[in-house]
Amino acid sequence: MRRIMVIATNTFREAVRDRVLYNLVVFAVVMIGASLLVGRASIGIERLALVNLGLTSISLFGILISIFLGIGLVYKEMDKRTLYTVLAARPVRRWEFITGKWAGLVMTLVVNAAMMSVALFAGLLYVSGKLTSADWGVVAAIYLILLQYVLMTSLALLFSTFSTPLMSSLFAFSLFVIGSYAGDLRRFANLASGFTRVVAYGMSYAVPNFAALNMILPAAHAVPISTKLVLLDSVYVFVYAGVCLSASILIFERRNLK
Amino acid sequence: MTGNSKRVVSISLALLLLCMGASVEMSRKLEAERSGAELQDVMYLPSARSVKALSLGYNGLLADLYWTRVVQYFGSHHHAHTTQYKLLAPLLDITTELDPQLITAYEFGSIFLAQAPPEGAGDPRAAAKLVEKGIERNPTAWRLYYHLGYIQWMELHDSKLASESFQKGSEIPGALPWMKVMAAALAQHAGEYRTATYLWANILNSTTDKYIRDNAEKRLRALKCDEEVRLLQEYITKFTDATGHPPTSWDEMLATGWIKRVPVDPVGKAFKLMNGRVQVADPEKLPFITRGLPPGKESNVLPKLPKQGETRSE
Amino acid sequence: MTPSSAIAAIETFALEKTYRVGFWHSKKKLALKPLTIRVEEGEVFGFLGPNGAGKTTTLRLLMGLVYPTGGRARILGRELDDPEMKRQIGFLPEQPYFYDHLTARELLDYYARLSGVVGRERKKRIEEVLARVGLSDSAGTQLRKFSKGMLQRVGIAQAMVHDPKLLFLDEPMSGLDPIGRREVRDLIEELNVAGKTIFFSTHILSDAESLCDRVAVLNRGELRGMSAVADIVREIGGSVELMWSGASAIPAISALGGQCHATADVVRAVLPERQLDSAIDALRKTNAHLIQVVPVRATLEDYFLAKLAERPEGVEVRA
Repeated sequence: MRRIMVIATNTFREAVRDRVLYNLVVFAVVMIGASLLVGRASIGIERLALVNLGLTSISLFGILISIFLGIGLVYKEMDKRTLYTVLAARPVRRWEFITGKWAGLVMTLVVNAAMMSVALFAGLLYVSGKLTSADWGVVAAIYLILLQYVLMTSLALLFSTFSTPLMSSLFAFSLFVIGSYAGDLRRFANLASGFTRVVAYGMSYAVPNFAALNMILPAAHAVPISTKLVLLDSVYVFVYAGVCLSASILIFERRNLK
Repeated sequence: MTGNSKRVVSISLALLLLCMGASVEMSRKLEAERSGAELQDVMYLPSARSVKALSLGYNGLLADLYWTRVVQYFGSHHHAHTTQYKLLAPLLDITTELDPQLITAYEFGSIFLAQAPPEGAGDPRAAAKLVEKGIERNPTAWRLYYHLGYIQWMELHDSKLASESFQKGSEIPGALPWMKVMAAALAQHAGEYRTATYLWANILNSTTDKYIRDNAEKRLRALKCDEEVRLLQEYITKFTDATGHPPTSWDEMLATGWIKRVPVDPVGKAFKLMNGRVQVADPEKLPFITRGLPPGKESNVLPKLPKQGETRSE
Repeated sequence: MTPSSAIAAIETFALEKTYRVGFWHSKKKLALKPLTIRVEEGEVFGFLGPNGAGKTTTLRLLMGLVYPTGGRARILGRELDDPEMKRQIGFLPEQPYFYDHLTARELLDYYARLSGVVGRERKKRIEEVLARVGLSDSAGTQLRKFSKGMLQRVGIAQAMVHDPKLLFLDEPMSGLDPIGRREVRDLIEELNVAGKTIFFSTHILSDAESLCDRVAVLNRGELRGMSAVADIVREIGGSVELMWSGASAIPAISALGGQCHATADVVRAVLPERQLDSAIDALRKTNAHLIQVVPVRATLEDYFLAKLAERPEGVEVRA
């Protein structure tokens, strides 16, 4: 257990010292600033524009960061052989290594989300003068976005155990796009028949359900987000991450490391 | 493989399968919790134009996406016998904005926006507006004219306008001859059962969309039913005049030779005879009928076709 | 298992690795033929061979980075993935690369923590080890700024920081200047005196000759010979090298069985020791001027080259 924490902390430290990360975060903050200007242009929808654009930026940039960090996770270690000394002469099991990496990444993403939220809430304060109960919706939406990050990064980790960075990022991003339309995929499955129906149903369950984690519009329109939904989403992501993690461990365990 | 390694492999495999099962279950629960949530988003989008702007050029794909949403939305609501289809118009609006050449969307909208609930959204004006938009963007789509004609005649009760639509439509190269016939029929025999049957029979033959065909068949059955009820009621009146009292059952009329067999409605159930009044046995199975409904039950179409020459504009 | 009074530091039993190559993974490439060796505790064991001989493959197999396709191995009597065993070994890979966002001290701290070295003990060890490899001054610098030689030293430091019983070093001298190499050699000797077992692979024979108790020679994935260094050096003894000036003596010396090499007027020849007296007589007879008589010892290089040339016909060679 302690070893997992050590690896996690090191992963966190590595991510934080990576300059690309900062660029992306700064960019997101800039976007939030820009959305304030957009709000200015149209009277009455300042808060709406801010929350819409702000949450969309946090979501998109965060997903990019998640992918970027996730695919590097195992691939970089193997390519640069930094992991040799960790696995060869330390009492660290391969599964502990993967789990530690994953945990460190999640920590990084939580900090990212926090930083970007601070910027968003600063904007909200500026626009509305005070924080209202409607803003809880924004908090819930950000939490769900964080869950999106965890989902994305778990997938990226899985891909990085067997694929090159380029392919991994393509797979990961594709799954994000498809997953955003998971509901429609299921609807399509309902309408189809025969073999197509089976395949479509299968895909709609296999694909990560990003659609269920997107509450940007309700948050922007101050529509309350149900607690039950948040709970279900949390369990879903936890379990899906479990799929990715156990698959990663399985692959990594028997892999011959060059 | 060492014992340690074997243990890791088997535990992680077990965990993998467990989590896969759990994720499917959770996904199902999620879908139940937020069924139709994406559709709700439609309410929050400022306009169809903005959706198009955000689509980054992938209009066709998004249009198809929204089209499947339309069909599923309608299908699931219709199945649940709801009386409201609030999102149908916005969804169709977005779909046709993204792909103005998606004729089937206009066709679908023309019927299911116009018809009264639960068979539609009950908004003929919105339907007409949609079809007119479709005609503007697709001048060679002669089909849209008969959909416009239907709305104008049956839902807006303007047979003159409807006749003109059919006429315009018939002039487009490729239009089937029945359009001309329909134009003439509306000018002269707008109130007749035959004209309506003619329209729906041709819609049935001209469309491949499953929903529209189903609907046309239902309409035809209803028209047939209405006509039969009318005829039966005439016989009953004649019987009452002749015998001095209304018949108490079909057997009475059968015995005295007024009818040849027990009358049966288009879905195969025998009509009921209640206090001298013909009634349909199961009105649920015959949407769109205007006669033979149990007392107190309203027709789900606007009441009777106006007589010839009568026009009513709202 | 061979009966012995002590647990071997390293034991392999027909350890083998075959790779599947080609697009459809259909071709087989034999990286290591069945290898059976035994290394005792407290030894310095040299693993020799040209590039591509299978040395790195063997190390990777022992380190659990790659899985064998046949045979088994034990380190300190335990399985290759036993965490308890891992605690007691150290590994320096070839051309090491470390997390370059960390400083040297942070890196050692990371590794020490992973190995389970706690608290104050850890801090103490880190400073000791840094001093030992000569990196105390650069301890706070990020590794991305380190030179190759410095990285090599960090590598040795991380292999030692948790005070392991057994050290695996893959080309420990690579990237070091002569001073650095000297320092590493001294370090290895020091560790050996302290009772550590060292297993190192190299293709530089002179280092192996001076440091190792025993060596194994590998070529093309196959063990070609295994022997104690002392035995090798003793074995091909019994020759002398003569050096004189005077070309006219050449025929006579050649007749005694000596190969003569002449440069300008100076000739060298190597002869069996028993011919020494006759050779000196021959030189006197031709009025040659004797410069030098030196006894010749066999080198490890001779043994190495000899083993490489042999073809043992698929029979395992044991010591």
